[in-house]
Amino acid sequence: MSRYTLDFSPLLGYWDVFLLGAWLTLQMTALAVVAGVAVGVLVAFGKRGRNRALAWTCTVYIEIVRNTPFLVQIFLFYFGLASFGLRMPTFTAAVLAMVINIAAYAAEIIRAGLESVPRGQIEAAECLGLSRWRIGWHVMLQPSIEKVYPALTSQFLLMMQASAMASQISAQELTAVANTVQSDTFRSLETYLVVAALYIALSLCIKGLAALLGRLVFRRRRVLSQAHRPGRRAVPAAAVGGTA
Amino acid sequence: MTPLETGLFGNFTAVHLAYLFKSMGWTLLLSLLAFALGAVGGFGVMLARVSPRRWLRAAAMVYIEGVQGIPLLILLFIVYYGLSLYGYSLPALVAAGLAMMLYVSAYLGDIWRGCIEAMPRPQWEAAECLALTRWQTLRLVIVPQALRLSLPPTVGFLVQIIKMTSLASVIGFVELTRAGQVINNTIFQPFLIFSLVGAFYFALCYPLSRWSEAMEKKLNVANH
Repeated sequence: MSRYTLDFSPLLGYWDVFLLGAWLTLQMTALAVVAGVAVGVLVAFGKRGRNRALAWTCTVYIEIVRNTPFLVQIFLFYFGLASFGLRMPTFTAAVLAMVINIAAYAAEIIRAGLESVPRGQIEAAECLGLSRWRIGWHVMLQPSIEKVYPALTSQFLLMMQASAMASQISAQELTAVANTVQSDTFRSLETYLVVAALYIALSLCIKGLAALLGRLVFRRRRVLSQAHRPGRRAVPAAAVGGTA
Repeated sequence: MTPLETGLFGNFTAVHLAYLFKSMGWTLLLSLLAFALGAVGGFGVMLARVSPRRWLRAAAMVYIEGVQGIPLLILLFIVYYGLSLYGYSLPALVAAGLAMMLYVSAYLGDIWRGCIEAMPRPQWEAAECLALTRWQTLRLVIVPQALRLSLPPTVGFLVQIIKMTSLASVIGFVELTRAGQVINNTIFQPFLIFSLVGAFYFALCYPLSRWSEAMEKKLNVANH
């Protein structure tokens, strides 16, 4: 049995490749998250809606995506469609597969938020004569998103990790970059350790960004956190009662 | 040839179907192995997370945050290449099982910590009044009650574990996904084969999902 010593020096020359990979992973995740949440919102409303056929379709879609592995979904999406003559670049295929995947999870999370909106609030909004769209946006969607924001964030983190599987259809991202570097340098363990550290850094980045974004987007939360800060005068009640 | 030209089933035969069934057994075995190992590890992580010793809590926290930040795929590569570089050439099943143990124990430890912490404080205080030791309190009072609470998320996580085993295909362990790839390499009908593979996974996961959901609903009714 030989004694193996870790040696990271051959990897130093590849720092820009690693960074590019991390950037691609981040890009992929950001694209998938934005599009996925948009689709997820539609699916969540569709599942709750009065149209039975649409609600059923949304349920089937959510259950199929949530009960099959992402890897199989990517294969089906990329190789399966290619066999019908529909070819696309690997990056596009990976992002689209991620959108399909995250939309189902996001829909289920957002639906839970929508369900927690008290019936009385919707009725009150109807009494005030708000249109259906405004009720949907102001009374239902905004507070629910705020409520389920932590769950959504951890789903985004899981998606970022799942994007590693895109390397299996040789889409360029951090894991694919690692596979290339390790076959160049024969330093497989070191390469994957570096990449693991990069993934941890990325997820810390995303966590921080998500917290910051939450502060920016949810005004009610910002106002409340300021009101609770010790040594400050309480914010006037009118400001707290703003658009929630 | 597109599937439209070869017909829906093309060259797919009963032999292929039997092969898929057999590999489903391997998927199940790896899932059980990962769950069993991960449950042992997860219990340890949970104990460390609720420990009165600060350094132990911090260590468990770093472990959880670290593992939850790394994709399982990378963890698999690290264990697989790492062990072989140090001279242990293990079968893919063991390497995959070990990597999944690391991963699963972080998540289960975190889930179970939540259940333990959801137990009302007076339970701890009452146990203290009865002069139970900390270990006795956990074993006799807290854990049995937390168990009921932990069942739905644990079964829910079992679904995740089954889906995760598909990654073991990457280091050459022939489970369901790998079997699909092998068949696809010979008859090239990716749409049919990966749909079938997906259906197999669905058949495994969907009942568990529903069971977890039903248990959760029952718990919520009891609590409200």
